Amino acid sequence: MCLGIPGKILESYESQGLRMAKVQFGGIVREACLQYVPEAETGDYVVVHVGFAISKVNEEEAARTYRLLEEMGQLTELGAPEIEEKSRNGRSP
Amino acid sequence: MKYVDEYRSEQLARNITEEIRRIQTRPWVIMEVCGGQTHSIVKHGLDYLLPSSIELVHGPGCPVCVTPLEMIDKAHAIARRTDVIFCSFGDMLRVPGSEEDLFALKSRGADVRIVYSPLDCLKIARANPDKKVVFFAVGFETTAPANAMAVWRAQQDCVKNFSILVSHVLVPPAIAAILQSPQNRVQGFLGPGHVCAIMGYHEYEAISARYSVPIVVTGFEPLDILEGVLMTVRQLESGKAQVENQYARAVEREGNRPAQTLVSEVFEICDRKWRGVGSIPKSGFRLRYEFRDHDAERLFEVEEIDTKEPAICISGQILKGIRKPHDCPAFGTLCTPQTPLGATMVSAEGACAAYYAYGRHLKTGENSHVV
Repeated sequence: MCLGIPGKILESYESQGLRMAKVQFGGIVREACLQYVPEAETGDYVVVHVGFAISKVNEEEAARTYRLLEEMGQLTELGAPEIEEKSRNGRSP
Repeated sequence: MKYVDEYRSEQLARNITEEIRRIQTRPWVIMEVCGGQTHSIVKHGLDYLLPSSIELVHGPGCPVCVTPLEMIDKAHAIARRTDVIFCSFGDMLRVPGSEEDLFALKSRGADVRIVYSPLDCLKIARANPDKKVVFFAVGFETTAPANAMAVWRAQQDCVKNFSILVSHVLVPPAIAAILQSPQNRVQGFLGPGHVCAIMGYHEYEAISARYSVPIVVTGFEPLDILEGVLMTVRQLESGKAQVENQYARAVEREGNRPAQTLVSEVFEICDRKWRGVGSIPKSGFRLRYEFRDHDAERLFEVEEIDTKEPAICISGQILKGIRKPHDCPAFGTLCTPQTPLGATMVSAEGACAAYYAYGRHLKTGENSHVV
């Protein structure tokens, strides 16, 4: 139900007193209401839920998170030494 | 698709699970709150990628599942009226009431329509001034701004033949109810990303502090969920209990202020009954008095309907993370998505329905993690 899909704003316009937009999701284009993301402009990515953009995708945060995930792999590949070897047979607290 | 495909990388998923294995020293029980996360976990088999001593339990965050049976029956009573066009999101149509579901009603001639957005209902209402257009407003905080906007516009534009049947529920009171249960096993939470995109996560900081439990606001793609688990395990291993935000590309601490403003203008907090769980104080929204002309429950004077759930169903315990679908003798036999007995089987986002859809009823025992 709380499905939110990131899409790119192709154009925005006014309809029945609301700021609306054509938003592209992969190969599909649908209409979404931009009332709740007044700062979003054409070219921005927004997360859309039931026809409403609920947040503008923060591209810097997206890039930062992704970089961290990639770096995690590089550390593993380099065989980063474990800082502290602990028993895996612990018990539930 | 940008911001989707890159969060499904197999190699990066392996990196995260390796890191979890590296830092984990003992078993942990973590609950993903949102039904969308449950669906993603079961669909991609993310729980099988994790060490068996990390147990993911599935939370109450499926609004279709927790909509009480009597509310479904009320919806059907309204939809049966010949002067009504009854609109709903598609996932409510297959949910059986005491007698039948909305698809059956539709096949017998009721005007039941599936809509993509609540705003579609306003268009239908404008185009059909001789009919009463009712929208089944089910959902969590994520959906509330859309429903609030539809009602607010209807009020502004004097669209008098539009109303909503409200069954809105809120996440934080449900998390608190789980943590207060004497049977609680949950040690950390993956917080609901899109609910927090709207409401922010300051409410969760109070819960995290009060119950000393880590809460990591998490997205919905496989890498989001695995990273959310990693961040939770890191906190648990180091004895921390705070709110962190894995889903920073879509969620800010303060949430979406314009959405919060309209939601609180249109709705007010009330007690709500959750299917399978029971009544939780201050756990839902109802329309404010100023918007009573758009309140379907008031307009159609639907009487209280007495309903009973099958005694065999353990969905209440599944929704609280106490038990799993395989613990139920009816799972996959008496109870299937075609013949659901309770909350967690009625929607694709329910834990039982997700397990069934991805064949886990055929592999009894495989998912029984040893804790």
